[in-house]
Amino acid sequence: MRRGLRKGLNYLVMTLLAFFFIFPIWFMLVSSFKTDELQITADMSRITAFIPYGELGLGNYYEVFAQMEFGRLMFNSTFIMLVTIFLGLLINSMIAYALARLDYSGRGVVLGVIVALIIVPFEAIAIPLLMLVNSLPWFGGATTWLDSYHVQILPFIADAFSIFLFYQFFINIPKELEEAALVDGASKLRIYWSIILPLSKPIFATVAILQALASWNRFMWPLMVTRGVDYRPLTVGMQTFFGQDPRIWGDLLAFASMITIPVLIVFLIFQKWFVQSVASTGIKG
Amino acid sequence: MSANTRTSRSALRRDETLVAWLFSSPAILLLIIFLAVPFIMAIVLAFTDQRLIPNPNLPTQFIGLRNFVRLIDDEAFLRGLLNNFYFVLVVVPIQTALALFLAILINQKIKGVNTYRTIYFAPVVTSMVVVAVIWTFLYNPSGMVNSLLGLISFGTLGPYNWLQNTKLVFPAIMLLSIWQGVGFQMVIYLAGLQEIPTDMYEAAEVDGANKWQQFKNITFPLLRNTTIFVVLTTTILAFRLFDQVKVMTNGGPQNASMTTIVYVIEQGWTQLKVGYASAISVVFFIIVLVISLLQRRVLREERVVD
Repeated sequence: MRRGLRKGLNYLVMTLLAFFFIFPIWFMLVSSFKTDELQITADMSRITAFIPYGELGLGNYYEVFAQMEFGRLMFNSTFIMLVTIFLGLLINSMIAYALARLDYSGRGVVLGVIVALIIVPFEAIAIPLLMLVNSLPWFGGATTWLDSYHVQILPFIADAFSIFLFYQFFINIPKELEEAALVDGASKLRIYWSIILPLSKPIFATVAILQALASWNRFMWPLMVTRGVDYRPLTVGMQTFFGQDPRIWGDLLAFASMITIPVLIVFLIFQKWFVQSVASTGIKG
Repeated sequence: MSANTRTSRSALRRDETLVAWLFSSPAILLLIIFLAVPFIMAIVLAFTDQRLIPNPNLPTQFIGLRNFVRLIDDEAFLRGLLNNFYFVLVVVPIQTALALFLAILINQKIKGVNTYRTIYFAPVVTSMVVVAVIWTFLYNPSGMVNSLLGLISFGTLGPYNWLQNTKLVFPAIMLLSIWQGVGFQMVIYLAGLQEIPTDMYEAAEVDGANKWQQFKNITFPLLRNTTIFVVLTTTILAFRLFDQVKVMTNGGPQNASMTTIVYVIEQGWTQLKVGYASAISVVFFIIVLVISLLQRRVLREERVVD
């Protein structure tokens, strides 16, 4: 009897907390399908805000596409994210492999500097970096990096923390695996490609997920370095849309849903990986 | 034959150094251009009156400590810095405690626990800009937060205009920040919890220790390092506060929700005062540096003791 009561209480607490964490997202999704703006504002203080009823449809979603180049924003965010992840995985894992596995002079200094760089937050260098990219040349005669893809990609490829995560992983791979290949006369590049990489899928997934989330949600930097819709990511598009008067909540929440739904779907599929990625940023108890 | 092996071995070593630098140089180059250079620029520019778009008639000058002296009297800056400390003082303890509580809940071996974990973690993958938009709607004077508050206080509290009220705006931002961020720390705590051997609890159970005693004497002490890590990383995140404030209030009303970084961006990007913004960035960096060094030191000492 007491046991049953405790169990019930346990679930009650967990469910109340679940409600707290899910209600804003649920509210966003439900409201985005309510095509009558008056109904949304009438519902916003009542329980009906969470119930899909009345005039439901994709009207708000069509409105978003009619009002701005949403497809362009979606493409920009996706493109920037994919290129950043791809180049980041390549470059950060390569240096980490050299640090963990190759014997060369200067190794200790490089490792020390990279560990020290982890604590420099991007916010501390954002303004000087803005000044720097503002007057950097680019191929084809451009005299500034502002309003481009590369200005949103290049600064985020090399990442001290990702290098550190790779390093920690590589250093724990048994050396014997490589030595066998060395005897066979395989080159370092080959060893990296055909022995280290296949063993390292978990850490690649971890870094990819952390970088993907950071890239998809990045806001401050693209806000400063993009002007029009051409190179702007979704986050800045959302803020611009939000700043327009009058605020049409149905459209805003449809926009917000379209940023969130892809991430939520990917998260639900690769949940375990997401949780592991985040856990790996911590330290061992 | 033996001479041949020797040359090939030294050639191999030379080869290894070459490969190592080949592997390292792309990352090193990018880190120098996009991290080291702007970092040094921040320190140098902090002592100048540099503007983003320099006026050809007014060349940039070294002005010594003038930027830093100005900071002492800059009310918006002080308000921002104070708000960051206020945020740390309120959010860090609440978020840490809540994260630990959630981690303990989802570490139970009971049915459906994975679903709860998914739900608690979902806000973490939601973009902060989106979170800010949703909560602005919830904080509407005739919105959900007010009606919930009215309901639980039997109509004695509210309705408030959360985002326009100088006293309420920052706590309102704190609440949604906890909502969005706590799942992250929860997962870090969960990893820590799963490393505690279960036989310790079994032994305690045999000794007749209740759940609270088990938590107090086993769980919490063994999570010491995790707690230090969570507290200090959350503190650093608190000083980096930007996205939600920028979207919801831009630091207003009357600087009531100003933060250090919102002010850095306002000065450096909106007002083009790169020199002054760099000076604030330097102050911000020193704060983060102190917290990070503290963290590394405490954790290292802890490891030595172990």
